[in-house]
Amino acid sequence: MSVPGRDYLEVRGIRVEFDGFVAVDGVDLTLLQGQVHFLIGPNGAGKTTLVDALTGLVRATGLASYDNQNLLDRPSHAIVRLGIGRTFQTATVFEELTVLQNLDIAGGVHRRARSLLRRRRGVPERVHETLATIGLTEQADRPAGVLSHGQKQWLEIGMLLVQDARVMLLDEPVAGMSAEERRETGELLHRIGQERTIVVIEHDMDFVRDFADVVTVMSAGRVLAHGTVEEIRADPEVQRVYLGHTVEGVA
Amino acid sequence: MSRRTTLLTALGWLALAAALLGLAPALLSDFRLGLLAKYCCYAIAAVGIGLAWGRGGMLVLGQGLYFGLGGYAMAMHLKLTDAGPGQVPDFMVLYAGGEMPVWWEPFRSPVVTLLAILLLPVLVATVLGAAIFKRRVKGAYFAILSQALTAAFAILLIGQVKTTGGFNGLNNFQSFFGYSLYDPVNKRMLYFLAAGVLLASVALMAQLHRSRFGELLVATRDAEERVRFLGHDPANVKLVAYVLAAVLASVGGALFVPVVGIISPEDVGVGASIALVAGVALGGRASLFGPALGALLVGYAETSLSESFPGSWSYFQGGLFVVVVLLLPGGLAQALSALASVRHRVGGPPGGRRRRERPASDRTRPGPTTPQEVTA
Amino acid sequence: MEVFVSQVFTGLSAGAVLLLIAVGLTLTFGQMGVINMAHGEFLMAGAYTAYVVNLVVGDAGLGLLVALPVGFLVGGLLGVVLEASVIRWMYHRPLDTLLVTYGVGLVLQQVARDVFGAPAKDVPSPSWLSGSVPVLGYDFPMARLFLLLLSVACLLAVLALLRRTALGRQVRATVENRDLAETVGISTRRTDRITFFLGSGLAGIAGVALTLLGSTGPTIGASYIVEAFLVVVVGGIGQLKGTVIAAFSIGVLQAFLEYATSGSIAKVVVFLAIVVFLQVRPQGIFAVRTRSLA
Ligand SMILES: Nc1ncnc2c1ncn2[C@@H]1O[C@H](COP(=O)(O)OP(=O)(O)OP(=O)(O)O)[C@@H](O)[C@H]1O
Ligand SMILES: [Mg+2]
Repeated sequence: MSVPGRDYLEVRGIRVEFDGFVAVDGVDLTLLQGQVHFLIGPNGAGKTTLVDALTGLVRATGLASYDNQNLLDRPSHAIVRLGIGRTFQTATVFEELTVLQNLDIAGGVHRRARSLLRRRRGVPERVHETLATIGLTEQADRPAGVLSHGQKQWLEIGMLLVQDARVMLLDEPVAGMSAEERRETGELLHRIGQERTIVVIEHDMDFVRDFADVVTVMSAGRVLAHGTVEEIRADPEVQRVYLGHTVEGVA
Repeated sequence: MSRRTTLLTALGWLALAAALLGLAPALLSDFRLGLLAKYCCYAIAAVGIGLAWGRGGMLVLGQGLYFGLGGYAMAMHLKLTDAGPGQVPDFMVLYAGGEMPVWWEPFRSPVVTLLAILLLPVLVATVLGAAIFKRRVKGAYFAILSQALTAAFAILLIGQVKTTGGFNGLNNFQSFFGYSLYDPVNKRMLYFLAAGVLLASVALMAQLHRSRFGELLVATRDAEERVRFLGHDPANVKLVAYVLAAVLASVGGALFVPVVGIISPEDVGVGASIALVAGVALGGRASLFGPALGALLVGYAETSLSESFPGSWSYFQGGLFVVVVLLLPGGLAQALSALASVRHRVGGPPGGRRRRERPASDRTRPGPTTPQEVTA
Repeated sequence: MEVFVSQVFTGLSAGAVLLLIAVGLTLTFGQMGVINMAHGEFLMAGAYTAYVVNLVVGDAGLGLLVALPVGFLVGGLLGVVLEASVIRWMYHRPLDTLLVTYGVGLVLQQVARDVFGAPAKDVPSPSWLSGSVPVLGYDFPMARLFLLLLSVACLLAVLALLRRTALGRQVRATVENRDLAETVGISTRRTDRITFFLGSGLAGIAGVALTLLGSTGPTIGASYIVEAFLVVVVGGIGQLKGTVIAAFSIGVLQAFLEYATSGSIAKVVVFLAIVVFLQVRPQGIFAVRTRSLA
């Protein structure tokens, strides 16, 4: 349905206020399909809050649109149905259900109400593919609760794939992963990022350097800089903000 | 759901059917069978509670409201047919000088009555449920609210002596759709009707449990917010379960009326509503057969305890809540499956241990329990 | 005008009763998140305490003054026992505590029935509470005025406790984050127990006070508990100001509705009004906004 490189998530002047405290202060962003975007910034910069605003979790003013649809003022589930999916800072999967059921349930958006009343027969094609993509084929019948932390985060990404999310907003998806797992995740993101818009919130600068196409730096609710990793690293403003913060690799 | 569990479920259902439709009528006296029919009515409502509470995590403390809607609809019809065409029910002659409010009139028709029994709870539960769930009122708030609503309903019934019979309710029915309620044969027929409806509702649950909707409902119970980000509105998922539970309660209430011969505010109030929950807790809230069997058991216990030691029923019911909910949150179903897995472990290969079951409800996200979380 | 004033006062005194019961609940429900349905039976225990104390003392006035602290102790001790034996195991299952404590309440009701008999008991009122005081042309019964003052006093005591004392800080810290509170050296077990003692003790006081309004039966607590919980819900969980506003608004609203219609319709309308109200403010009058979800 989409011409590659055409779909984009457009954010203009987004502002989120909590009882007088401005957590996101007029953010402008254009996120293109086919690129892996990284959103970095010190703790409390407003990264998660920005994603919350885009997914209907907090009320925001400004403009956010995808595919000519306004995102603000829509309930979360309706935003998901527009093709915008997200993960959370702490991995949240259905621990009691198996990996397979977790993926299957994620595909439910595209089902008709009547089929919901029927039993699952066989494994849908997309679920099969996704299992392979996220490398959990062998774990398919294990309860998601017993997965390692990294595997859970892959499963979450897998659920977004089954959901067929065109935009994926991933909040610190590699936190707590080993170096090896990070590399695999980064490669996975690039593989699935071809025909999607992917936004990753991340703190680890090594990971950002290795896998970012575009980086946006946020600080105190504002966009500080936007560009390639090299451009960001050369930006004096960014260096100032990060000075004193122990984010290795920037300064 | 594996083929083995499907088979076990089918066998369990057949066993229940054999017990209810074959064994019980053969062994029990007419009097006892009548009591069993009453427990079946409770059990029908309990099956719905199992869906809403066990599977959906909504602690419905006010099912008496729906039990009462069905019960009073049926009772009004029976009173009107007893009175005869154009006549007014006996108690209205007594209290209201023979004046009947217009909203009684439609219940002369058997068709309207049956439709009302099915559709009134749908209407009320949809309006209330949508209001409550869309605004994300849940957890303790929901439980308290549902209890308050049934309390209000009972108060309303008591206050309207002229139209609802007040505290005494509606009673003294002569016939049921043309069949005399004094004829033992017809009473047996009523038993078969109640037992049949119970079996049908258990079968319906079996299908729902293994359907994708069933999975979605459990997912909503365990992580409501996460479900939202799968693109579903959890409010709708919960609403479906809540409405179904309401209909089952209403049907149970409607059957209760000819079986027991009375419906009064006492049968629909706070106490009666929680008593319905007791059976579900005992049997196992999230299990398939647990709610029905638990309700039958609790009904039986109530009768036999009150027969032999008056007053002891309160101790028993109170103790039941404490012991079961505290120590055995999964009810008897949990105890059975624990037993089975012990046997399994002894006989089975080493390491083939099942994961320990967690309590069936309140599996919210991990983290500290704060007052906010009570509502969340 | 006269009708207006008299309905306002009737409503205020009904609200005072609700408030008195709800203040204890704000501690156990509001602060600790425990839905203690046996709170009503602690109230009943307080009422029977007043009955027994009155029998022993033999003087209505002295009886009341003795019964208030004794009722507080009786309610509080019952609460501590309940907390230590049952509730402490269930902090992670708030909904289930509702059922368990309801069971405890049933047992306590039956105990009362077995000990005191089913018929209601009357506790004589002290003579100094029998008259009434004219306020704005309305004769405010002394007993109701006493109740109003008592509930305000209890409310202020709880407020002072939470705001001013070390215990209050510990309670709030435990509410915010149980694990963190423990790591900074707060004994959350002790805090829980004390909070429960106080909350339940207040139910005992409420029970003693209620004997001034009418007779005492085994289900006296059960008849108030649903409404008292609604007050806390409408007020906003853990929000004392909200509880006060909710208690008095519900009381006054009910008084006016009762005047305009009938008692039973008024109750139903109030309940429905609460459902509608929660549409507008699902978290109650004063919502605590936090960032939850994952
Ligand atoms: N619901 C809320 N109420 C009040 N303040 C909030 C709320 N949510 C977020 N904030 C504040 O907004 C600011 C931005 O928070 P946010 O979580 O978006 O930062 P972040 O960039 O994601 O940080 P981190 O890297 O630590 O995850 C913080 O100061 C936070 O305290
Ligand atoms: Mg964040």
